[in-house]
Amino acid sequence: MSIEIQDVHKAFGSLEVVKGVTMTVEKGEVVSVIGGSGSGKSTLLMCINGLEPINSGRILVDGTDVHGRGTDLNKLRRKIGIVFQQWNAFPHLTVLENVMLAPRKVLGKSKAEAEAIAVEKLERVGLAEKLKVYPSKLSGGQQQRMAIARALAMSPDYMLFDEVTSALDPQLVGEVLDTMRSLSAEGMTMIVVTHEIAFAREVSDRVAFFHKGRIHEIGPPAEVIGNPQQPETVDFLKSVL
Amino acid sequence: MFSSLFDTTFSFNDLLFMLKGAGVTLMLTFWAVLGGTLLGVFFGVVRAISPWWVNAPLGAVLDVFRSIPLLIQLVVANSFKTIVGIHWSPFTVGCVVLALYMSAYCTEIVRSGFLAVPTTTRRAARSLGLTWRQDLTEIVFPIALRVALPSWIGLTLGVMKDTAMVWWIGVVELLRSSQVIVTRIQEPLFVLSIAGLIYFLMSFPIARLGARLEKRWREND
Repeated sequence: MSIEIQDVHKAFGSLEVVKGVTMTVEKGEVVSVIGGSGSGKSTLLMCINGLEPINSGRILVDGTDVHGRGTDLNKLRRKIGIVFQQWNAFPHLTVLENVMLAPRKVLGKSKAEAEAIAVEKLERVGLAEKLKVYPSKLSGGQQQRMAIARALAMSPDYMLFDEVTSALDPQLVGEVLDTMRSLSAEGMTMIVVTHEIAFAREVSDRVAFFHKGRIHEIGPPAEVIGNPQQPETVDFLKSVL
Repeated sequence: MFSSLFDTTFSFNDLLFMLKGAGVTLMLTFWAVLGGTLLGVFFGVVRAISPWWVNAPLGAVLDVFRSIPLLIQLVVANSFKTIVGIHWSPFTVGCVVLALYMSAYCTEIVRSGFLAVPTTTRRAARSLGLTWRQDLTEIVFPIALRVALPSWIGLTLGVMKDTAMVWWIGVVELLRSSQVIVTRIQEPLFVLSIAGLIYFLMSFPIARLGARLEKRWREND
């Protein structure tokens, strides 16, 4: 049970943004990905659940080749939850309906079952009071927690977080990080692309530093953040800390 | 009979005659809006998702319907029908031309509504495991509907008034029937005021319905 990324290259037109990335994320592990803007971190996440095709290499999720011919991506995505920088609430549905949608339509749960799941997940992220509210009435932090609940409602084996606090007001960042902290404490396998270095240091088993489409350094946070070896890592950490 | 022919006051029969015309206007509007909307939704979705080599020619054809005055389209279609020997009534020709005319405008409304749904929202839907089709039915269409409705209501009200032009090919609808009465009683202001009132009464519920839906949706947004 793991996500294996093997020499993945990804280009948009002539611009190559991921230039041969190899790493494995074991079940139960929390890996944070840090690095400057445009270093290819977010793109890699999109490739992991097949939202973006890759140019070469392979990504295996529990042994299934994500970009292989004949892979049922819709099925594979059930076990990979992803939360985006822009929380992407479905504006025409209430908070409860947002979370119920995928269990109903993708897993074929009954309305009552889906509602029970959704209520449980929304309680978990602290939105039990907001079930009947439309997303536009929520703060950014609440919408982002709803997005986390929406992904959790599919009972995924893996969670990918794509700079989920970057678009939030500073005072709302904490509540979202708390939710993620408790997820990692429960043993959820997570890949977290983030600019929150302190958070990465606290929750991660390993930290990967991305630079210009490559992993420059990967290892326990105490090494990569605490005692970086590469000059690029040192420069980056200086610029964000 | 002769007495009514030379009667120069507005009678109850005249009102009935106008209401019958209004019925024809409503039927024309109904078929034009039904056909125009169905075609418009189809073409609009096709235009939003298809590659340029489908999109460009389709757009060009629809542009023809948007660029040529409706009156000319009606007269040309009516003549064309006779030339190729299709035995359609003027009413049918009117419905078909109006429907095509409406579909050309509706296509653009649907297309822009469709494209107004952010790619990131659709990605979020797909990332949950929703299929392409479910993404369309559960996410894109409901959001696009809210974006497109005000323009669609406006278009529908416009088409209702445009139905007046079918009298050129011989259909007696509300405006034509009013004109017949004007010719006889020589009271254009009075008769056309009544016609205007009837048009208003037919349009008003549609406008109100649109406003109500918009308000309800806005409260959620």
